[in-house]
Amino acid sequence: MLGLSPEHLLFLLRGAGWTIVLSLLGFVGGTIVGLPVALCRSSKMRSLRVVSSAYVQLVQGIPLPVIMFVVYFGLSIGGYELPALVAAGIAMTAYSSAYLGEIWKGCIEAVPKTQWEAAECLALTPVQRFVDVILPQAVRIAIPPTVGFLVQIVKNTSYSVVIGFFDLTYSAKVLNNSTFKPFTVFTIAALLYFVICYPLSVLSRRYERKLKRA
Amino acid sequence: MNYEFDFSFLGEYGQDLWDGTLLTLWMTAVSIIPGFVVGTACAVGRLYGPPWVRKAATVYVEAIRNTPLVIQVFWLFFGLAVLSVRIDAFYAAVIALVINVGAYTAEIMRAGFESIPKGQIEAASCLALSRWQSLLYVQLPQAVERVYPALVSQFILMMLATSIMSQISAPELTGVAYQIQAFTFRGFEVYLVIAVIYLAVVTLLRAILTGLGKVIFPRRRRLGTPL
Amino acid sequence: MEPIVRFKDVRKSFGTLEVLKGVTLDIMPGTVTALIGRSGSGKSTALRCINALEQINGGELHVCGRALHNGGFDLRALRQDVGIVFQSYNLFPHLTVAQNIMLAPRRVKKIGKDEARALAEEVLSQVGLLEKADNYPEQLSGGQQQRVAIARSLAMKPKLMLFDEVTSALDPELTGEVLKVIEKLAESGMTMVLVTHEMNFAERVADQIAFMHHGTVWELGSGEMLRAPKTPELQQFVGSGL
Repeated sequence: MLGLSPEHLLFLLRGAGWTIVLSLLGFVGGTIVGLPVALCRSSKMRSLRVVSSAYVQLVQGIPLPVIMFVVYFGLSIGGYELPALVAAGIAMTAYSSAYLGEIWKGCIEAVPKTQWEAAECLALTPVQRFVDVILPQAVRIAIPPTVGFLVQIVKNTSYSVVIGFFDLTYSAKVLNNSTFKPFTVFTIAALLYFVICYPLSVLSRRYERKLKRA
Repeated sequence: MNYEFDFSFLGEYGQDLWDGTLLTLWMTAVSIIPGFVVGTACAVGRLYGPPWVRKAATVYVEAIRNTPLVIQVFWLFFGLAVLSVRIDAFYAAVIALVINVGAYTAEIMRAGFESIPKGQIEAASCLALSRWQSLLYVQLPQAVERVYPALVSQFILMMLATSIMSQISAPELTGVAYQIQAFTFRGFEVYLVIAVIYLAVVTLLRAILTGLGKVIFPRRRRLGTPL
Repeated sequence: MEPIVRFKDVRKSFGTLEVLKGVTLDIMPGTVTALIGRSGSGKSTALRCINALEQINGGELHVCGRALHNGGFDLRALRQDVGIVFQSYNLFPHLTVAQNIMLAPRRVKKIGKDEARALAEEVLSQVGLLEKADNYPEQLSGGQQQRVAIARSLAMKPKLMLFDEVTSALDPELTGEVLKVIEKLAESGMTMVLVTHEMNFAERVADQIAFMHHGTVWELGSGEMLRAPKTPELQQFVGSGL
């Protein structure tokens, strides 16, 4: 197709597979770290708020490629010779957790204050108040922006190209170097990204509309 | 772990880091206004244009927002290369950034325009202002003022994204860092240093853009309330 | 003398809902006409047809020598001849009071900045708000904002002014200052059409009152009409204490 062999296409598809793997790693890791970040950001304790806010500011103030490099070189000077996937996964976790933490903090705070008060008046413990009353409402609000952020995660895995992780972008770059067909190669790569991202964008918008109507 | 940190490269390469920082800032600065213009034009086209304009603007916005910037940059830069169009990496980077940030700005500005009450447009029209005058003097200023914080965040994200331009050998900050670590084998320290520089640049850029907002929106400066 | 506005069997529908079912009404230059009636009677729609905010579906409508039913008239020229003040003021929040007033004269009539400023000060003193020229709308009370909206409309030197329930959004203690401004305008000979719920005001200021009911002018007369209604509908409307 357009001067590319089936092997070439397969090569790109394999890259796309790794892009999905890294995206999932970033999302799972981002959720595991991001949830506590969100809780700390909306906590009553000042120290927790300050520390979590500093973490978010730090991660959001450094370009993701630089975070990739720092993790990559940091692991290697620590004496770990790990595959690039690990470094990229850790960097994506840091990146996603900061943004998801901010998004979810907003969702927790979007639940009306009166809900906390009502739960308190029912003699629920603080944990029960959060888990049984606030969280279910916050999750509903959180779904559209979270799905929307998945698009950012998928796109930003492309930055792992800087540390040589064999994702879709890196595969496309390598393939272009050997075939010199940049328009074909990068258009196909773009289409593959689009095929992953666009349904998520549409889904996010649909959830948002549904939430607005409710 | 008995790693000994060595930041001695700072002396020898300090000038390069400074130049890289300036290029990062310059690349960002020259992309902001065209990006804003492209985005606003798209938002207007999508909201008020004829069907074909709406469709074209939608395709542009969706295509850009659902593909990574790196791929867009590669497509443009390596594509131009095979067409034997010789273009400086800096200009390729700026073009890609403008196209990219334009699509995001389009969505932000669209939300801004949509948030303006219908009565404002009706009042403008009843004062005999033309469609364009209403857009320029009544709708645009209110839309920009409403979404200005979102625009600032978007432009800061764009500044951070310039770091990927090292991939097409633009000697911005990350590109410079790559060079230095290749010579010194002090990758960890080099990237720690530029991480700090980026944090400083983000702080600076946010301060500049926020200050600019105060100049552009006298109402907000005086009253401090959102529209 | 020719009427400045002439409705002749005007019809207007929104989808399947016919709001105006044949309105016939003449408005003479220099007079004040009040449109009264229940909500849904079509009075606001009739008013909005006069400056083509709504397009009519049938009948004839002449405004300042233009036939609005034919289309093809110059909308922006019409809007310069006909000013309108809305219930919700619709001041531009990003502009100061003076800038709100100067915008249209400068951009539409292309007059200079200094001249526009002088004009703004002139109309602002007419509504008694000269000292608020450099404030932003949100710094003003509702009544003051509405007076600015009147001044903004006046600055275009319209031949005819429309008032669409301009005091309905105001607290009772603020309606007085707005009505006083309108009354002063009436005395100066401005042609005005107002949709209002203020019966006492209508009776005092209006030269003719049109009671609208079911999309038509049900009863037309002078201020005395409200004291001696002919139709049971107007009787009931007046009796309900509105």
